[in-house]
Amino acid sequence: MSTPKPRPRGTRSRGASAALHTVLIAASAVSVFPVLFIVFLSLRGRDGWQEPTRFVGFDLSNYRHILGQTKFLTWFGNSLVVALGATVIGVLISASAGYAVSRMRFPGHRPLMWTFLVVQMFPMAVLIVPLYNILGQLELLDSYGGLILTYCSVSVPFCAWMLKGYFDSIPTEIDEAGRVDGLTPFGTFWRLIMPLARPGLAVTGFYSFITAWGEVAFASQFMSSEEHYTLAVGLQTFVGQQKAEWGLMTAAAVLITVPAGAIFFLAQRHLVAGLTAGGTKG
Amino acid sequence: MSSIVTRARRSFDTHWYAWAMVLPVVVVLAVLVGYPLGRGIYLSFTDANEANVGRTIGVNHIASTYKFVGLDNYWKVLSGQEGHFYSRLTWTVVWTAACVFLHYAIGLGLALLLNRQVRFRALYRVLLILPWAVPAFVATFSWRLMFNEKYGIFNAFLGKLGMGSMDWLGDSTLQKVSAVAVNVWLGVPFMMVAILGGLQAIPSELHEAAEMDGASPWQRFRHVTLPGLRPVSGTVILLGVIWTFNMFQVIYLLIGQGASSESEILVTYSYRLAFQGVRDYAGSATYGILILSLLLVFAVFYRRLLARQEAAR
Repeated sequence: MSTPKPRPRGTRSRGASAALHTVLIAASAVSVFPVLFIVFLSLRGRDGWQEPTRFVGFDLSNYRHILGQTKFLTWFGNSLVVALGATVIGVLISASAGYAVSRMRFPGHRPLMWTFLVVQMFPMAVLIVPLYNILGQLELLDSYGGLILTYCSVSVPFCAWMLKGYFDSIPTEIDEAGRVDGLTPFGTFWRLIMPLARPGLAVTGFYSFITAWGEVAFASQFMSSEEHYTLAVGLQTFVGQQKAEWGLMTAAAVLITVPAGAIFFLAQRHLVAGLTAGGTKG
Repeated sequence: MSSIVTRARRSFDTHWYAWAMVLPVVVVLAVLVGYPLGRGIYLSFTDANEANVGRTIGVNHIASTYKFVGLDNYWKVLSGQEGHFYSRLTWTVVWTAACVFLHYAIGLGLALLLNRQVRFRALYRVLLILPWAVPAFVATFSWRLMFNEKYGIFNAFLGKLGMGSMDWLGDSTLQKVSAVAVNVWLGVPFMMVAILGGLQAIPSELHEAAEMDGASPWQRFRHVTLPGLRPVSGTVILLGVIWTFNMFQVIYLLIGQGASSESEILVTYSYRLAFQGVRDYAGSATYGILILSLLLVFAVFYRRLLARQEAAR
């Protein structure tokens, strides 16, 4: 038994390297496989899903069918409007609140931070019936506005919490410099801090968008007419009690994931930086 | 009296700016979370259901006839008369513990690997975060197709290996395993990214100093890495528990919305009470309030535990 020769930091033996890559490749395969598999099935025609291991019969009929003969595009538009609306409104108001909580000491400061944490615990099951009634009274059921507001209330607490943490990591000297130059607190926030907080905003925007884009429970109950379905509701009509159009489902799944994926790749560069700064200072 | 007014005015003068900036969030939360919560608590003390709430049919308005029943609902649920609570609670706790443990363990492992000097690191990172970009309902439907008994890919593989097919989504134990698998697939990327951020925030001087002192890799992991990760871990585990406990979509869409099933967690059961069959608004609200109370108690104890650990160091 000889003691292993000390290696300089950051290097490792060839065997360790191979093991490292093997594990990473295996994990990547698990994470990518379901996505590739669904893309593969979607290209196999309407009944291709019944033969998942064969490599024949490639065509685009699933895509043609859902784009031409279902309300998919309408649902897609609805989802886009609702998710973008919820993201823009949600990020703006939670940024303003997060900045106030981060930089100003005011009565209600601590309770507000607690509220942000506690609200995330609310099971939507306890809110959904009363919300349904409220939106009914405001005549916002089955409309974009009602769903946008609902989604804001879901994502705002997390976003405000995260952004507060992110603002904490920006030195206060910047604010002071802004004040010396005659900016109002809001001006400082808007012109100096917001541009610096781009990674944090990217993470929260990504979070809000994905949350809204993929929400099922509220959308299923609030959007009652087929014209107003979002994708999450519409997709359920392909695979329901009576029928199982899995071929169409796979094509829809691919088209639904593309915008989410695009936003994701725009934001992913910022994800690590944004999450660290925000997440660590709960 | 006037001093209170002056003080209120002075307080307003100093703080109106901060209040104005938090106002939109406060209004949204008050109207869309606070009021519904109050209403939910109230409903849980009544016997409201579809038959006796006020509603308008055409031009006729029917007034509500449900009445206040005090703690009856809670008593029925907690004493076991209603018959589902404790079995569902047990499964919900197991589900949460299993999912969060696997999320954290796998996320930590992958983050440690990605934190090294690896070739293709950026590529690996993108591939490993990919599940996060897939909306949960899309992923759940896709997994449901892969788990399909007759045409699913897993059973096709099992067939190729000469084994019989398994009823992934029918058998109640397998159902649970499948649900955990889907949720783990969905949840690992978040943990991994958060932990990776935490790892990068640990100053490398600490590792170098430990190495100089002759610490083995395991000792460095145990005494430098893990303590350095504590702030991140505390937050992500708390969030993970809350999110998993309330994870509606995976269970609801994977297991289906049909008849009662053993794999239902508290949230999906509560949802079903409110929107299926004779709509039992009071029962659903009672379950909702119980879920919320459980999570609150957990969060308070958890934070206290973290604070004590912090103090002990």
